[in-house]
Amino acid sequence: MKSASRLEKVLTAGNFAVTAELGPPQNADPEVIKKKSQYFLGNVDGANITDNQTAIVRMSSIAAAAVAISCGVEPVAQMVCRDRNRIAMQSDILGAAALGIRNILCLSGDHQQFGNHPEAANVFDVDSMQLIAMVKKMRDDKQFLSGDPIKEHEPRLFIGAVANPFADPFEFRVIRLAKKIKAGADFIQTQCVFDVDKFARWMELVVKEGLHKKVYILAGLTPVRSAKALHYMKNEVAGMSIPDELIKRMESAEDPREEGIKICLEMIESVKNIDGVSGIHLMPIGWESITPIILERAGLLPRPQV
Amino acid sequence: MIVADRKPLEEILNSVKDYKKIMLMACGGCVTVCFSGGTKAAELLASQIKMARKKEGNDIEIIEFTPERQCEYEFIDALKKDVESVEAVLSTACGVGVQAMAVEYPDMITIPALNTKFMGYPVEHALWEERCAGCGDCVLEWTGGLCPIARCAKRLFNGPCGGSSDGKCEVDKDTDCVWQLIHDRLKRLNKLDNLTVVREPKDWRTSTNAGQRKTKFEEAML
Repeated sequence: MKSASRLEKVLTAGNFAVTAELGPPQNADPEVIKKKSQYFLGNVDGANITDNQTAIVRMSSIAAAAVAISCGVEPVAQMVCRDRNRIAMQSDILGAAALGIRNILCLSGDHQQFGNHPEAANVFDVDSMQLIAMVKKMRDDKQFLSGDPIKEHEPRLFIGAVANPFADPFEFRVIRLAKKIKAGADFIQTQCVFDVDKFARWMELVVKEGLHKKVYILAGLTPVRSAKALHYMKNEVAGMSIPDELIKRMESAEDPREEGIKICLEMIESVKNIDGVSGIHLMPIGWESITPIILERAGLLPRPQV
Repeated sequence: MIVADRKPLEEILNSVKDYKKIMLMACGGCVTVCFSGGTKAAELLASQIKMARKKEGNDIEIIEFTPERQCEYEFIDALKKDVESVEAVLSTACGVGVQAMAVEYPDMITIPALNTKFMGYPVEHALWEERCAGCGDCVLEWTGGLCPIARCAKRLFNGPCGGSSDGKCEVDKDTDCVWQLIHDRLKRLNKLDNLTVVREPKDWRTSTNAGQRKTKFEEAML
């Protein structure tokens, strides 16, 4: 085992893994995390805690992860390259491990233009690929990026990365995934899958290259409550593929909330049957309370004991 | 070349509001090409300032001068007499030109009339795009001659990120994703293998992170 992560145990034991997103609040209230943790406790293998997503200032992912741990929930702390240089990142990686965090998800981070401080300077001292390699170097080589040794207590983290099968150029997306694996990724979370056909085509290429044997791939899924949400993602979020029939289905639904859940359940069934998919990552944006309901109805509860 | 935009007229008027006689020094170098420096732009700016001041009943006298380049002392030295006859110099040069004036004329206030933006070139008539960030450690050899530091909003070394869509950058739909361009160019050159290498973090000391940079050419030093 590379870490003491529950998620790693679940995946290496061959179980279909379930992680879900937990968004920290835009304030300093730990009760928000504690309340949300109740949706996740015993229901997921990892609660993925976002790091100032869409560049909006929120409680730090590592601090929120520590609160989740106090509630018995295993967090996956996200770390983006936008806001910190390599010194601060390595410092936070050590701090995260010291607080009992066992999983880290490495991302470039949404550009600050999309957030509430578009006038901020961005950092991008290292990129997501280099961050993955940096965490691996700290864990496996027991060295900082500089080559200085970490004499003892190296951070033992299960390393996650993201992949977007829907961004361009499509043909390069599998090559880039291979690069992330080479850099040191242990598991992958994908961008929200709405276009199952395109996702399946991508997975075919992934399997053809044998990459699913080198990394665990969790398909990202987002339940939506309205057609408006789909419209928004289709028109405003770059690198998303949303089929028109899905939008029509949501538009004509009598109970859009229920329809959104049904669509998500169908998606879970679809991705489960795609070769090379090791689990799902649920991202119900601002709707964390639906996570246990969807998992229950999908037959993914209880979670395996490991 | 260096590309700059003229500051808004309001800002320029405000910065010269206390003066009755100024020199408008219009660099004849790089910024002339992008229409913000040079004699013609200076004539226009001078008449705009004079008109605005006349309207206020507060006339201003402006001496116009265009040195060949404002960033070299030889070209600005010769103006000593004229410069000393004014209260301030308004400069349509890049930041280098303004600073050359500050050194050569330590007792004279020099006000920038431009916002210096980047090193770039015209992609079409009257439209310039950034091409070089002067990072001090060129990567163009393996990127197919396209710079991710100057042209990627996240300065990625292992792009494209997940926001690349239809060849465009997520930050601006009118801007090409440079990583899509890099991919396409390397494919055309049969060098896509360049992108399978995990590129190491950059040593930013060659860039602006180690303080002011210098370059010397030993052989030519006196």
